[in-house]
Amino acid sequence: MHFEYKVIEGDFVNAGIASSSVKKTLKQLNIPPAIIKRVVVALYEAEVNAIAHACGGTVTADIDSDKIRLVVADKGPGIPDIDLAMQEGYSTARPEVRDMGFGAGMGLPNIKNNVDKLNVQSTVGVGTTVEMEVNFN
Amino acid sequence: MSKQTFYHALQVDEDQCIACARCMKSCPTEAIRVVDGHATISEHRCVDCGNCFKVCPVKAIYIKQDDFDRIFDYKCRVALVPAVFLGQFAEDIPASRVYSVLKEIGFTHVFEVESAVQIFAQAKNQYAIEGLGEKPLISSFCPAIVRLIQVRFPSLVDNIIPVKAPVDIVAKYAYKTLVERGVPRKDIGLFYISPCAAKVAAVKSPVGEEKSMVDGIINMDELYNRVQKKMKELGKNYTVPGFSMARLSSDAVLSTLTNGERRLCLAKHSLAIDEIHNVTEFLEKVENEEIEDIEFLELRACDQSCAGGVLLCQNRFLISECMYARARKIAERERNGETTNDSKLDAERDFLLQDVRVSAVKPRSMLALDEDVSKALEKMEKIQKIKAKLPQIDCGVCGSPSCNALAEDIVCRNASLERCVFMNNAQDPEMKDIWGEEKFKK
Ligand SMILES: Nc1ncnc2c1ncn2[C@@H]1O[C@H](COP(=O)(O)OP(=O)(O)OP(=O)(O)O)[C@@H](O)[C@H]1O
Ligand code: SF4
Ligand code: SF4
Ligand SMILES: [Mg+2]
Repeated sequence: MHFEYKVIEGDFVNAGIASSSVKKTLKQLNIPPAIIKRVVVALYEAEVNAIAHACGGTVTADIDSDKIRLVVADKGPGIPDIDLAMQEGYSTARPEVRDMGFGAGMGLPNIKNNVDKLNVQSTVGVGTTVEMEVNFN
Repeated sequence: MSKQTFYHALQVDEDQCIACARCMKSCPTEAIRVVDGHATISEHRCVDCGNCFKVCPVKAIYIKQDDFDRIFDYKCRVALVPAVFLGQFAEDIPASRVYSVLKEIGFTHVFEVESAVQIFAQAKNQYAIEGLGEKPLISSFCPAIVRLIQVRFPSLVDNIIPVKAPVDIVAKYAYKTLVERGVPRKDIGLFYISPCAAKVAAVKSPVGEEKSMVDGIINMDELYNRVQKKMKELGKNYTVPGFSMARLSSDAVLSTLTNGERRLCLAKHSLAIDEIHNVTEFLEKVENEEIEDIEFLELRACDQSCAGGVLLCQNRFLISECMYARARKIAERERNGETTNDSKLDAERDFLLQDVRVSAVKPRSMLALDEDVSKALEKMEKIQKIKAKLPQIDCGVCGSPSCNALAEDIVCRNASLERCVFMNNAQDPEMKDIWGEEKFKK
């Protein structure tokens, strides 16, 4: 099954729409709650990053009987040093983003802890693609 | 998916039902369908919130209760009365007068449910202090919320604080008190006066407990009518001679209103949310882990919490105001050092706290399309295809509450696509005038 969602730059009000929808789908598929939680947390963080650090983007979700594959892609500024960005506490979030409670630098590390496979591809000036996979058992 | 059946208080009287679909549209868990000329409630989805009961124009939905005369099976007939009951009477009618009338209509003893509120609060606070459960902790007070979490938010069952409800605490206290006064156990009948369908269901089939000590349930609307009638007969100022009763504390009086539990909880950051749609919206966020720092949630299914219980006979805002007025009076006396009812239970604190914890709440998700993931996926693909054909106007004429629900019913519960009147009339030019050409190009 294939699903697609749009994420709009600066639209914090609708952050979480893709993760909520994916969550409902996984519940209908009788996936264990603990696994759903991991998927939702990872996708939510990636969604927020596309909203906060890039100019919005797209989320695609592909679900089969043993795993979910999620791709969050944006055409934003890109990440110059991915290893650095992956470190806990590293953040370049602007003050107004911090005021909204984001910017602890925990998003990417949190994603890493919750997924079974993670691949972050980024080119400065072109965009960022975060690919995640979570196995159902 | 559990195949077990659950006790539900809400029932449809099929002969009364005029198949108007109002209840179907009001149901927050899409538990109702119209088929064969009447509404039916799915026991797996219903959380006993009572919204359908409220909107039915012909009273075809009713809440099962015990026959009032069953109280006379017992020599010692105890009414367990929630504070909102008093909120329906004018503020200048004192509790003692209302309770006097309860005695005239057959009860021998009255215990106020909220006298257990301090014990209930301590049990919850203790659970939090021990660091048990998932944060934010959620009160188990409103049974409709507990059931909503079980069926729609199964991943949050461990957030619910598994302790006995105030009515079960006070039942235990009443029992002990009466037995100590020499009343034989078999003579004691405990009757709970319920403000809502959810509490009825919770007493009849408690979550996390084997069996309630309560022997019977009387719906609050029925009791209110009986009391009003008797009051007229006896005259407004009637009070049983020599009848006096310690009062609830002001905290206890307010505890079942919105913010009532929150006021007594020790958490630094807590929230009180009432009305089931508001609660659902917030639980979505909790489930996504978007909520940080909140330690405790007081969640109630009714707008204005129990003042809005479906079995109350007055406007919920007026009840709430009346209870605030009563609480203010009591607070003044408290400042002058008068003791209250809660302190009597306080003397039994250890005894009442002994087994106040119940076993953990179990999920019973209604959302899964199939237990097997591959089969569920197949079904979902079919549903997705059907959804795309349907008009998404949720008119309900098909007997399902929304186009999406019909799509699910077609795949999972053998409904047919022919039920959609919109698609059946797609060739009608009038329809195109109303809905536009686009709507029919699917
Ligand atoms: N999609 C993206 N486009 C550009 N830069 C990004 C993107 N995602 C992450 N980054 C960079 O990586 C840094 C770390 O991201 P991470 O999600 O770990 O923390 P954060 O978003 O700054 O804060 P938090 O997620 O805790 O609210 C960001 O501050 C930003 O510089
Ligand atoms: S509200 Fe429901 S139960 Fe009442 S008449 Fe209409 S369809 Fe029947
Ligand atoms: S808020 Fe109170 S009256 Fe309403 S369903 Fe919950 S317990 Fe019952
Ligand atoms: Mg982030």
